[in-house]
Amino acid sequence: MKFGLFGFLFVMWILILVGGGITVMILGPFSISGFGELDRFIGSIIKAIVAIILVVIWILILSKLKNLIFRKEIKS
Amino acid sequence: MIELILPAVASCIVAFFVVFLMTPPLIKFLEKRNLTVKDVNKKEDVMVARPGGLSIITGIIASEIVLYAFLQLNEILAIIITTSAAFVIGYVDDRKVMGGWFKPVALAIAATPIIALGAYNSDLAFPLFGTVQIPVLYLALIVFMIPITGNTINSIDVLNGVASGFMVIASFSLSICLFIVQNYEIAIASLPLGFVSLAFYKYHKIPSKIFPGDSGALTFGAMYGTIAIVGGIEVIAAIALLPAIINSFLFLSSVKKITEHRQIKNPTSLTSELKIKSTDDVSAPITLVRLIVASKALSEKQVGFVIFKLAIFSGILAIITAFMMGVSL
Repeated sequence: MKFGLFGFLFVMWILILVGGGITVMILGPFSISGFGELDRFIGSIIKAIVAIILVVIWILILSKLKNLIFRKEIKS
Repeated sequence: MIELILPAVASCIVAFFVVFLMTPPLIKFLEKRNLTVKDVNKKEDVMVARPGGLSIITGIIASEIVLYAFLQLNEILAIIITTSAAFVIGYVDDRKVMGGWFKPVALAIAATPIIALGAYNSDLAFPLFGTVQIPVLYLALIVFMIPITGNTINSIDVLNGVASGFMVIASFSLSICLFIVQNYEIAIASLPLGFVSLAFYKYHKIPSKIFPGDSGALTFGAMYGTIAIVGGIEVIAAIALLPAIINSFLFLSSVKKITEHRQIKNPTSLTSELKIKSTDDVSAPITLVRLIVASKALSEKQVGFVIFKLAIFSGILAIITAFMMGVSL
């Protein structure tokens, strides 16, 4: 049980590191062309949408993990 | 670096002794005015003075003013103003029960002095991979971060000594990380938070003589969040705070809305031996404490120590992350 909580913390830490990598390596340098003056605007919207999707995926992974680790303990 | 030793020592002494000396008379004052609440995890009707936020904010303001006299940094002003605003918000909530929306919205407004004083760097630093520039998005991050850290610390203030003890571990971890990334001035500005928490823990530890209340918990959380922003170590600060973040995550994922803790069912109950056990009510929310006692009932002190062990573990992860900031893939 207690090991489960430490494991949960560790996985959260790994997810933060991976999320940082995706943000800096892929999302940061991403740019779009072909829309003239709207390039930066559309590019920012796409970045924001991808960032929100990443956060949702992060929360879903944690929710699944929580159920996986604590299924026996949580009687709800 | 050497010239920073005197301000650091002076501010730490002021931070510790202001809270250490001011809290006992504050306890007497609160008890005299009947400003006490029942300690729910005790058998008898034990009444505990609340809120202790006044001694906490006094210690923080006094020590940061000492630092400002030496360093004259806008970052220190931002810490003082935002933390003071968080105290006022918490104090209002201590005296008058406000809706679930009040604290997040008010704390978001409390974050604006950080922006107004320009006490931030909009480059978000990640370990191993470097920084990403998000000038506009970073403003939103500032406005979101203070309510998150404030309410996160508030949500972990459920047992004797846990909020202040947790803050001792998290804030000293944060200070070590700031020294590792060589942000010495903000590292010194962060030290008073640890010393204030340590002095308050003396009276808050089990059996509590005083509770911090919302005014104390929000003060702790807002100062922590402000240091993270002005120190440019947002990601590291989030890692050091992970046990409290888990608590908020578990709570929100089971309740599925922003609400006051006092409005939801108690996730734990007491055994006849006064140990804390998970409630049988399936509709009660899942919290960190409920998970800790899910397999077996534990005493309040034992649960507190498990939370402190988790805080130390995430503090170590934060320190490893700080070292990783200097490494580039």
